[in-house]
Amino acid sequence: MKVTIYGPGCARCQKTAEIVQHTLEARGLPVELEKVSDYAAIAAAGVMATPGVALDGKLVSTGKLPTAAEVEAWLG
Amino acid sequence: MTTTLSNRLLQRWLLGLLLAVPLWLLAYAGLDTFATAVIGLLGLTRATPLGEALHFFFYDTPKVLLLLTGIVFLMGVVQTFFAPERTRALLAGKRLGVGNVLAASLGIVTPFCSCSAVPLFIGFLSAGVPLGITFSFLIAAPMVNEVALVMLFGMFGWKVALLYLGLGLLVAIVSGLVIGQLRMERFLEDWVQKIARSDAMHAPDEALNWTQRFDAGGRHVREIVGKVWPWVIAGIALGAGIHGYVPEDFMAAIMGRDAWWSVPAAVLLGVPMYTNAAGIIPIVEALIGKGAALGTVLAFMMSVIALSAPEMIILRKVLKPRLIATFAGVVASGIVLVGFVFNAVL
Repeated sequence: MKVTIYGPGCARCQKTAEIVQHTLEARGLPVELEKVSDYAAIAAAGVMATPGVALDGKLVSTGKLPTAAEVEAWLG
Repeated sequence: MTTTLSNRLLQRWLLGLLLAVPLWLLAYAGLDTFATAVIGLLGLTRATPLGEALHFFFYDTPKVLLLLTGIVFLMGVVQTFFAPERTRALLAGKRLGVGNVLAASLGIVTPFCSCSAVPLFIGFLSAGVPLGITFSFLIAAPMVNEVALVMLFGMFGWKVALLYLGLGLLVAIVSGLVIGQLRMERFLEDWVQKIARSDAMHAPDEALNWTQRFDAGGRHVREIVGKVWPWVIAGIALGAGIHGYVPEDFMAAIMGRDAWWSVPAAVLLGVPMYTNAAGIIPIVEALIGKGAALGTVLAFMMSVIALSAPEMIILRKVLKPRLIATFAGVVASGIVLVGFVFNAVL
């Protein structure tokens, strides 16, 4: 699964990447992590509050550290 | 999530709050008794400098931490009603004036972190929020935040907190109006100007239930209070030292109301400083006890919080130097005026 983290590289973005990756891998899903830190690209993706998270190109969360339960919920 | 599970989680929150609120009130009511008991156990009274300093520390630290926890939790819940996307929709296409007032007010309740100032700035502009209105939001959001207000309330009382709230909003509204009137859109960086007005894709507009809102409150407390508590303790410890040991009127000569130049000097001094309100306010409170004027001190605080060098560097990515300079100049003038007015009135 392709995970995109939008954020300028702040501590919260780092933490978000870790949580998402950890949760997905615990589910046995292979993770391809991409970090987008260019402001133009972040804005173009429609992210107004960082960190933003997209799974396979679909924006699922912005502006908060997700919990493991929330990550599970994105998977449906 | 099944309904029974989510019901149980909500019940747990409600039960927890039902217990926490009376406990909180009880602790708040017992603050003075606690501080006096602590220094009494150490064999001290408030008549000695050490006793006075320790009383200040043991009274104000729990008081401020209690207030912070309570208010930050509430704000965390309130903020779930004001996602940036919603605020943007409310502001899009608004006229200068009304729009600036609305933007500055929404700046208080919309979750904001200076690290996402740039994406937010672009998100607003691309949705058709006018530049001046965007600036009103961007100035108010960091300056008038719940941590600063709680600290002011805790250390100075509600009048000063309210005054800071009002004047902070005023600076944000007027600065945004001025920037809007100057029509400086061409001093946005070129790539920002090129971003077409787009209906950028939205984060899923999930309808939150109350469990999730309370969770957000809890998370807000962990994030904010978890980050600022060392600052609070360090600030109050330093403030306590000043209370007990610095002679009266020590600050009157350099930060008193008769030294007119102290207001602009305080604003200038505040720009390179980047700290949070939590650490600076207890020190400021102690300095006022030693003869510093409130206007000077408030101007210093506003400058530290609203005009920080790191934020300028971040904004440089979207603003050309001339717009940055205008932004800093307009906000700094506003803050200096606030300082003068305060010193003259109080």
